[in-house]
Amino acid sequence: MTAPRALPILKSGHLLGIEGLSPVEVTALLDLADSYVTQSRTADKKSGLLKGRTLVNLFFEASTRTQSSFELAAKRMGADVMNMAVKNSSVSKGETLIDTASTLNAMQPDMLVVRHQDAGAAELLSRKLSCSVINAGDGAHEHPTQALLDALTIRRRLGGFENRTVAICGGILHSRVARSNLRLLAMVGAQVRLVAPRTLLPADIDRFGVLVTSDMREGLKDADIVMMLRLQLERMGGAFVPSPREYFRFWGLDREKLAYAKPGALVMHPGPMNRGIEIASDIADDVEVSLIQEQVEMGVAIRMAVLDALSRGPA
Amino acid sequence: MSSTRRIAFRNARLVDPASGLDVKGGLLIENGKIADIGPRLFNDAEPNDPEVIDARGLVLAPGLIDACVHTGEPGAEHRETLASASEAAAAGGVTTMIVMPATDPVIDEPSLVDFILRRAAATAKVRVLPMAALTRGLAGETMTEIGLLQEAGAIAFGDAGRTVANARVLRRAMAYAATFDALIAAHAEDPELTAGAAATEGEFATRLGLPAGPAMAESLIVARDLALVELTGVRYHFAQITTRAALDLIVAAKARGLPVTCGVAAHHLTLNELDVGAYYTFRKVSPPLRSEADRAAMADGVASGALDLIVSSHEPQGADTKRQPFAAAAAGTVGLETLLPTALTPFHEGRASLARMLATVTSAPAKLLGLPGGTLAKGAPADLVLFDEGEPFVVEADKLHSRARNTAFEGRKFQGRARMTFVGGECVFNRG
Repeated sequence: MTAPRALPILKSGHLLGIEGLSPVEVTALLDLADSYVTQSRTADKKSGLLKGRTLVNLFFEASTRTQSSFELAAKRMGADVMNMAVKNSSVSKGETLIDTASTLNAMQPDMLVVRHQDAGAAELLSRKLSCSVINAGDGAHEHPTQALLDALTIRRRLGGFENRTVAICGGILHSRVARSNLRLLAMVGAQVRLVAPRTLLPADIDRFGVLVTSDMREGLKDADIVMMLRLQLERMGGAFVPSPREYFRFWGLDREKLAYAKPGALVMHPGPMNRGIEIASDIADDVEVSLIQEQVEMGVAIRMAVLDALSRGPA
Repeated sequence: MSSTRRIAFRNARLVDPASGLDVKGGLLIENGKIADIGPRLFNDAEPNDPEVIDARGLVLAPGLIDACVHTGEPGAEHRETLASASEAAAAGGVTTMIVMPATDPVIDEPSLVDFILRRAAATAKVRVLPMAALTRGLAGETMTEIGLLQEAGAIAFGDAGRTVANARVLRRAMAYAATFDALIAAHAEDPELTAGAAATEGEFATRLGLPAGPAMAESLIVARDLALVELTGVRYHFAQITTRAALDLIVAAKARGLPVTCGVAAHHLTLNELDVGAYYTFRKVSPPLRSEADRAAMADGVASGALDLIVSSHEPQGADTKRQPFAAAAAGTVGLETLLPTALTPFHEGRASLARMLATVTSAPAKLLGLPGGTLAKGAPADLVLFDEGEPFVVEADKLHSRARNTAFEGRKFQGRARMTFVGGECVFNRG
């Protein structure tokens, strides 16, 4: 049940992004997470591995899924968890990110999970604080645990990444999930496609070594996995796309578009979903094709693996 | 700002960019002015003066004129005052600073121009000339009292780091400024295309996930402004351009005879977007650092003379504004003390003469702004810098003379820095 201990996995002592991880580190995390999937499926889910350690969740952007996933992961391993509600803190009184984090740091947490609206926030904190920093999303930069849980989900379903094709569709411009997945999937050897209208594609994204298209038929052709991204509602009123219904017509995943993919292709979504905008409800709810619930389960396991890895200290 | 003392320099390498002179010789300061200069001056006889400086072959050139300096006075004196900026200027061989109107309050009233001039006279070591806002409050809506501001001593007009978005407002401000033969110094960046941007759009910004604006936001505004210059005939200066596309437009407009000039900031000559590295906020500037191709085009431009002048765009920031995530951090770098060595870089690379490179920071800004300095001519103000053009040094933030230490060049190796600086014949800096 317990994974082999003692060997450090994350050599930097932080998890700031997929960039900077080696394939060895990624594989080790996925292997470790497999063992935590098993542990979480038993009746007694709790271990004492992180007993006495403190994890702080510092979320500057609202998140139900990620924050509770980290909280649950930490608690299953016996750690104490504090959730900082930023809205009620001195951040709303004009304190800077660094000052807030330094204050928390003085309370001697072992790990800080941070989500922030600005790219580089986690990196900045890792340079100024003495605890391990886990990036739970920084601007449009990275969301490494999401990419790791997606990879875990894919690996468990498909057995590996070689000769597998993943189509990432939708609001790529603003998406840290897309950037982290792009990096990770490229690292493990999967083929990646990006599909979005041109307003939602970042500049020079084709230099990431992926196929970029605005045509769902071309993008989904022979795909094993179709990964849909959330499109923020405020971006649909004419700013990036003219209307939700036009978006659904051309880029929303329905049965017709899913048929372009390989027969038996599986659908993923990092959540929360906009039903009827980027994904049709009947696909989201179809347990035969949708991995969405499984992604949530893998999320807890991956975060347990990350906490385990970081508790071993840097290499 | 003038001394009645007589100072004689001997054995100097006299470099006067205004005339192209580059010879060994001597120079005499009298009553704050250059009284005599020549290759044979003091050659045979020891000068009979109370003070003789043996330059030992060092370069003696006109003091630098920095056409774009931000201080924190008034409004943010904890970052920089006119006095503290002038310390940095003196240490950098800068003898005249053109200070920007983007202060708190904005310099958009004659009384505020007067305030800057009086504060500078009372506290600053170097000459300070205020630029006034082109529109009230830098809001881009109504023009300022260009005539009265000019009478009060405003050297030029501009909205500092902001572009006047409304072409109708700009057209009228231009036409009105032309009435007074006033110079407008403009910032060229389309504010909508670059709204919220912290970097230049491209692969690097995409990798870092930074909000970014396209580089063409600059050439778009340059093209618009050039058309308006053609319409109004105003003397127009693009304060700091950063892209080849913009430079090409300006070069073509000059060829058509339009009264336009352009400058470039020292950091856009020496750094590119990749220098941001891992979100290094001291290299967040406005406009943002560009691609290597654009940086190289700027370096070519100063070497060839297509770009008229180099500015420091000195902009003091504190830990509170810089120690932030990149997108939230303030833009700007201090630069008064690194202007001279950055301007000399193309010379050291063998791409331009010493006189040509010095012209970008002396005679060119003097000509643009109608100033008597920027030359070693007899009768010119004795604003001088003595330096060893080959002296190597490493930029160390904690050794800078300005109050703010947010340099984009920390750890950078340069050649050439001021040994002594004179303003009106008075020594204001001596590195010893």
